[in-house]
Amino acid sequence: MPETAAVQKLIDHFHHDIPHARELGMEVISASAERTEVRLPFRPEFLGDTERQLIHPGVVTTLIDSTCGVGLMARLGRPVTIATLDLRVDYLRPSRPGIGLICSAECYRLTGQIAFMRASVWQDDPATPVAASVSTFMLNSGGPQIGRPPEGAP
Amino acid sequence: MNFDQARRLAREQGDASELLALVPYAAYLGLRMEMGADGTALLRLPFKPSLIGNPRKPALHGGVVAAFMEGAALLHLLLVLDERRVPKSIDFSIDYLRSAQAQDTLASCAVERLGRRVAQVQIRCWQAEPQKPVALARAHFLLASDE
Repeated sequence: MPETAAVQKLIDHFHHDIPHARELGMEVISASAERTEVRLPFRPEFLGDTERQLIHPGVVTTLIDSTCGVGLMARLGRPVTIATLDLRVDYLRPSRPGIGLICSAECYRLTGQIAFMRASVWQDDPATPVAASVSTFMLNSGGPQIGRPPEGAP
Repeated sequence: MNFDQARRLAREQGDASELLALVPYAAYLGLRMEMGADGTALLRLPFKPSLIGNPRKPALHGGVVAAFMEGAALLHLLLVLDERRVPKSIDFSIDYLRSAQAQDTLASCAVERLGRRVAQVQIRCWQAEPQKPVALARAHFLLASDE
């Protein structure tokens, strides 16, 4: 399968087969072996602090975990079962009201079993991120493979 | 209702619904606070299908577990401290120990260090068996009263 077709399949999988990503409204902007970006449009339900109109930190973390997951699969070029081992987020500056988030993730070290990811979250300008993150994933963590069965599969 | 009023209702009458309503994302996820006799609370995330990340296992989205634990820590601080604004998150770190199944998830929090400006909170998260945590996390918060 050409790389673009494989990546498109991953993007389709992300948009259709992950209920919570769909529920929040995440959209993959771009995905490649080098870098993956996911957008999360703003919704009032995402607020953690109504007085200052700040997005809840949990929304940011969920976006980061999701982007790293699809980013790792884009790096591998196929959907694999992965498990997050750990994830750290630094909240660098408050989010601004009414604006969605964009997360960019990259895999900076990949071994046979472990992937090391880093990610950044911003609103308008990547140079002023609202959050930065590092995380570690385990590959082929057991359990059924994710993704839709191939067409015509029993 | 402001934080003081909502906190009083939770502390004195064991009704945390107004406190939860002040944090829209906690309400959106469906968080509940189960008030204990000692004035602290157990946080519960009732299962719903929209929280799933991997339908084949099925397992909760890892981000949901993290978001629940961050939300739990924030609500714990709002309950036990007298803050009038939501504490600002500085950082958050989570270790995932087991996959979270399609069932209710619980969390307990402990403030391990309370300074004038910063609170450090440890969060423990489990499902059916409290002795088998699905995740452990810690977070630092900037306290709003001293900004």
